[in-house]
Amino acid sequence: MKKMKKLLAAALSLAMLAGLCACGGTTETEAPASEAPVSEAPVSEAPQTDTPETEAPAALSGTVNTDGSTSMADVMAAFQESFGDIQPDVTVNYSGTGSGSGITNVLAGTVDIGLSSRALTDEEKAEGAVENIVALDGVAIVVNPENTVTNLTLEQIAQIYTGEITNWSELGGADAPIAVIGRDAASGTRGAFEEIVGVEDACVYTNEYESTGEVIGSVAGNPNAIGYASLSAVDDSVVAVQVNGVAPSEATVADGTYAIQRPFVMVTVEGTELSEAAQAFLDWAMSADAADEVEAAGCVSPNA
Amino acid sequence: MNEQSLHNSPEEAVEKTSRRKGKAGARPLESVMQLIFFICGFIAIAFVLVITIYLIISGLPAIREIGLVDFLFGTEWASTAEDPKFGILPMILTSIYGTAGAIVIGVPIGFLMAVFLSKVAPRRLANVIRPVVDLLAGIPSIVYGLVGLMVLVPFIRETFNTAAGESLLAAIVVLAIMILPSIISVSETALNAVPKEYEEASLALGATDIETYFRVSAPAAKSGIAAAVVLGVGRAIGEAMAIMMVAGNVANMPDLLSSVRFLTTGIAVELAYSSGLQRQALFSIGLVLFLFIMCINVILNVFLKRDKEG
Repeated sequence: MKKMKKLLAAALSLAMLAGLCACGGTTETEAPASEAPVSEAPVSEAPQTDTPETEAPAALSGTVNTDGSTSMADVMAAFQESFGDIQPDVTVNYSGTGSGSGITNVLAGTVDIGLSSRALTDEEKAEGAVENIVALDGVAIVVNPENTVTNLTLEQIAQIYTGEITNWSELGGADAPIAVIGRDAASGTRGAFEEIVGVEDACVYTNEYESTGEVIGSVAGNPNAIGYASLSAVDDSVVAVQVNGVAPSEATVADGTYAIQRPFVMVTVEGTELSEAAQAFLDWAMSADAADEVEAAGCVSPNA
Repeated sequence: MNEQSLHNSPEEAVEKTSRRKGKAGARPLESVMQLIFFICGFIAIAFVLVITIYLIISGLPAIREIGLVDFLFGTEWASTAEDPKFGILPMILTSIYGTAGAIVIGVPIGFLMAVFLSKVAPRRLANVIRPVVDLLAGIPSIVYGLVGLMVLVPFIRETFNTAAGESLLAAIVVLAIMILPSIISVSETALNAVPKEYEEASLALGATDIETYFRVSAPAAKSGIAAAVVLGVGRAIGEAMAIMMVAGNVANMPDLLSSVRFLTTGIAVELAYSSGLQRQALFSIGLVLFLFIMCINVILNVFLKRDKEG
C-alpha cells in the first residue's frame, strides 16, 4: 500500500511539473523565427534577393521586445509571423500588459517598442514618447441579436452611456431597461470609446469587465445589453449597430466615415536609438508591406 | 522486504532523533538534512514576511498621497478620470455585505448539513454524501462563476426585471455555495468530537434526538463551529474570480440588485492596464484586504486555541 501511495505521489508530482512546463510556454508568444516555410527558401537563404521594397538588404539578428496593448495581440501575431519570414534571425517578443504599462515600459527603457491602442497623451509626448501609427481599429457598438435597434447616432450612444436614455423603447426598441456594458477604467478600448463619443468620466455603467471577450459574452447573453469592443473582436454572437447610419467595416474605418475608431500605435522614445533589428521591424511595420498583416488582423492600415 | 524496511524506518528515526544532540557531528547526513529542514521552514516564513513588507511598501505611498480618510471613506472610485477619485468605501462595504450575506445563507445550511452528516444520516448515506461535499470544495472558483453567470444571472434579471442580472445578490449566492464545503467539514469534525457520554446523558434524561443535537451537541462543539464560520468568512472575503463574473464590477455603493465591486475584484479588474497612482492605489486596496484577512486569521486562531483548551 505504502509503495503504491509513493508511486502515486511521484506520478502526480510529475504530472504537475509537466503541466507547469506547458503553462510556462504560453505566457509569451515568440515569433517562429526558424520556421520559415520551405517554399520561401530564397528569402531565408539569401536575404539580398529579398522582396524588392524591404529596406534592410542585410540579414539582421537579435531580439525585439514589445510590450503593451492587449488589443494589439492579433496585429502583433501577424507581424511576428511575417517579419519572421523576412528576417528569420530576428525574434520579436510580444507581451500583452496593457497600453498604459507598454508606454511606461518603453519610457523606462525596459522594452524596445511600446504598444498602445490609443493616441498618446500630451503628457506622454512631453516625456519623450513618439507615436508611430501602424493600424486603425474601429470600435464597434454591439447589441444582442434579439435587439431590434440597429442604428444609433453618436449622440444617442453618448446619452445611453451617460444614463440619459435608460430604456430601449426611447430608441424604438422593446420596453426594456438598457444594460450599459463597458470595460474597466484602465482599458485602452474604454479610453478610446469615451474620448471619441465625448463621454469621458461621465459614463454610468451597469457592468464593467476586464476583457473584450467578457463584454461580448455579456452582451451575447443579455437581450438588454449594449457594449463596445474592437471591430476585430466582434463575432456572430452579437450585432454591431450602425453609427450615424454607417456600419462598421474595414472600408468605413479606412475612409474615416465610421465615427468610432482609434489608432494602434508603436511607441518609441525620442532621442533613444533603436537596435538595428528593432528599427528594421518598426520601419517594416510602418511600410505598405505590412498592410496585408494589418488587414489579416481585422484592422485597417493607414500606410496602404 | 520493502514493506518491512519502511515500517522500521520511523523507529530508526526516533532513535536517531534521541541521539541527535550528542552525535550530530558524527552523522553528516543528519546535519545536512537538518539544514534542509531549516531552510524549507524558513522559506515559508520568508514568503509571508516578503509579501507583508512588499504590500506595506507598495501600498502606503498611494494612501499617503490620497489621504487615509479620503481613501477609506471616500464614496467615489474613478481611477482614470481627469480628476481621479480613489474612495474605496463602496468596495469595503460590498466585501463586508457580500461576506455577511454569504454567511447568513451558507452557515445555517452548512451547519444543518453537518448535523445531518454527523448525527442523523445513516452511516452508509453519510459515506456517499461526504465525498460529494469534498468534491464541491475541489471545484475551481471559475466554474462557480461560470455556472452563476449562465444560470443565476439570467434568473435574477428576469425575476426582478432589471437591466442586467449581475448583482450583489448573485455574488452572495455564489459565495454562499462556495463556502459550504469548508463550513460543513469543519463543523462536522467538531460535532464528531463531542464526547458520546454528553449525548447519552441527555437522551437518558428524556430529551429527544433533536433536542440533544441542538441543546447538547451544538453547544459543546460551538468553538469548532465558530471556527468554521470564520473560515467561511476568510474564503468569502478573499474570493475574486467567481464573483468577478457575476457581480458586474461597477464600484457602486452596495445594493442587492445593482452591480457592485468587491475589494478583490477591484484589484483584479483594473490591475492589468493600470499605471501610476492608480496602480499604487490598487496595491493599497491589497493592503486593506490583507489587513482584513489578518484579522480574520487572528480571530480563527483564538477560536481554535479555545477549542484545544476547552
